[in-house]
Amino acid sequence: MVGLPLPRLAGVTGARRSAAIAERNLTALRSAYWLVLVSGFLEPVLYLLSIGIGVGALVGDLTLPGGAVVSYAAFVAPAMLASSAMSGALSETTFNFFGKMKYMKLYDGVIATPVQPFEIALGELGWAMARGGLYSAAFLLIMVALDLTTAARALVAFPAAVLVGFAFGALGMTVATLLRSWQDFDLMGSAQFTLFLFSGTFVPAEAYPAAVRWLVELTPLYRSVHLIRGVCVGESGWSWLLDVAYLVALTAGMLALASRRMGRLLYL
Amino acid sequence: MTIGQPLIQARGLVKRFGDFTAVDGIDVEVRRGEAFGFLGPNGAGKSSTMRMIGCISPPSGGELRILGLDPVRDGPAVRARLGVCPQLDSLDPELTVRENLTTYARYFGIPRRVARERAAELLDFVQLTERAESRVDPLSGGMKRRLTIARALVNDPEIVLLDEPTTGLDPQARHLVWERLFRLKQQGVTLVLTTHYMDEAEQLCDRLVVMDGGRIVAEGSPRALIERHATREVVELRFAGDSQEAFAGKLDGLGERVEVLPDRILLYVSDGDAAVAEVSARGLDPAGVLVRRGSLEDVFLHLTGRTLID
Repeated sequence: MVGLPLPRLAGVTGARRSAAIAERNLTALRSAYWLVLVSGFLEPVLYLLSIGIGVGALVGDLTLPGGAVVSYAAFVAPAMLASSAMSGALSETTFNFFGKMKYMKLYDGVIATPVQPFEIALGELGWAMARGGLYSAAFLLIMVALDLTTAARALVAFPAAVLVGFAFGALGMTVATLLRSWQDFDLMGSAQFTLFLFSGTFVPAEAYPAAVRWLVELTPLYRSVHLIRGVCVGESGWSWLLDVAYLVALTAGMLALASRRMGRLLYL
Repeated sequence: MTIGQPLIQARGLVKRFGDFTAVDGIDVEVRRGEAFGFLGPNGAGKSSTMRMIGCISPPSGGELRILGLDPVRDGPAVRARLGVCPQLDSLDPELTVRENLTTYARYFGIPRRVARERAAELLDFVQLTERAESRVDPLSGGMKRRLTIARALVNDPEIVLLDEPTTGLDPQARHLVWERLFRLKQQGVTLVLTTHYMDEAEQLCDRLVVMDGGRIVAEGSPRALIERHATREVVELRFAGDSQEAFAGKLDGLGERVEVLPDRILLYVSDGDAAVAEVSARGLDPAGVLVRRGSLEDVFLHLTGRTLID
């Protein structure tokens, strides 16, 4: 039977094809790109310094729902890590991906090869994660240096940040297939900023009225902040499992949706 | 697949976009080693057909087998053995000329070392070695097209699909592309191309189909088609004044057929010079006279009543 060994084979060759897409991005890496990388890293650091430490001096310590008492900077830092993982993944999978698909027509050439939309999506996402991972690692180093978390917790927080990146990368890719023009990016930017402000980043979600709090707790950035904060301040309990399950499901669902949308846009 | 089975086989192939039927039930067979052409004006359904053969556009109806495989179910397997030169160059603007080839090779799973060797050979073949480290944007149209052709060959394909390979190129660039394609043909590569240039079809194609409005209106070798639908020679007459029509009546009985176009009159004859003499004998004094061989343009005109390039 020809059909039987195919799934395993498809897994290996599919991963290889996805790697070829990421490899293409590595080849295309030119000097200008480093500027983008630096700015993506600087932003959360500036927020951490100005709000976490600056405003933190006025706010004082916070008591978390689990009972732990932490400095405001230690409260804000994990949220900055989560949102930098989000914005790094989003900018790679929306701006860059949209530009490649609609303006550079890059994938029109790629689909004429054995590479399939799902493999393109996975390759681009993997690449976005390489970038997001770099941001996260650098940011965690700063957190450890500023004594906002321990080295051991930072090691656990790193894969959590990568998972956050995957979820937002897949989400961004789906959004990119729905965007009609560059103007739509303004809408996306507003949505992203709203998430950034209200996902328990600067204020604990418990501070909101119950209805708003429920809404906030459903958003992907809240789940990300909750997960990473839990790891960084060393909260006990099993609620991180819910965050991980949420983010894994978001990644899988969005990846499937993005590749389906791509197939419809490319295979005319 | 067995030997002698056609590489591409379409029966009643249909492509619809909403209410619009781009390809309206065509039958095509392409055999190994031949250069096969789709000739027709813009909008005839040539590109839609090519995209279906390239397994990047699912057929809306009919049957299509490529290399004995199903283009939808076995898409990646078929595409691995095809080389595609699309109508619009889809080169990677962020990569150099050489990287465009090596990166594309990686999409086919070709090892890096082999990809580098292959890129060097192909750059040489399309005469772009000197521009290897250049980005794509500054290249001329002809160079971009040659690079796209080189890219289509990177996986050593069994069939090369070329969608209007020389449209938009200046005459010199076109001849360079034709010469390269002719070399490929001599190497035994199966070529499938679309064109609305009759000279391109005549030079490159062993066999072709003439398409119009999504249908095939004729099929055969360029020579056979010309013999069947045109005459050995054609006289083109241009009369001064607004209307060529006024002179048509005076040309009755000259040759097998008279075709009146907005800017000229065509006489289908076996002996052009004799016909020109007869035109003068009837007291007509056209501003321009041209005697030429019958061509695929005449075939198309005869079959559809329209010219290939509007």
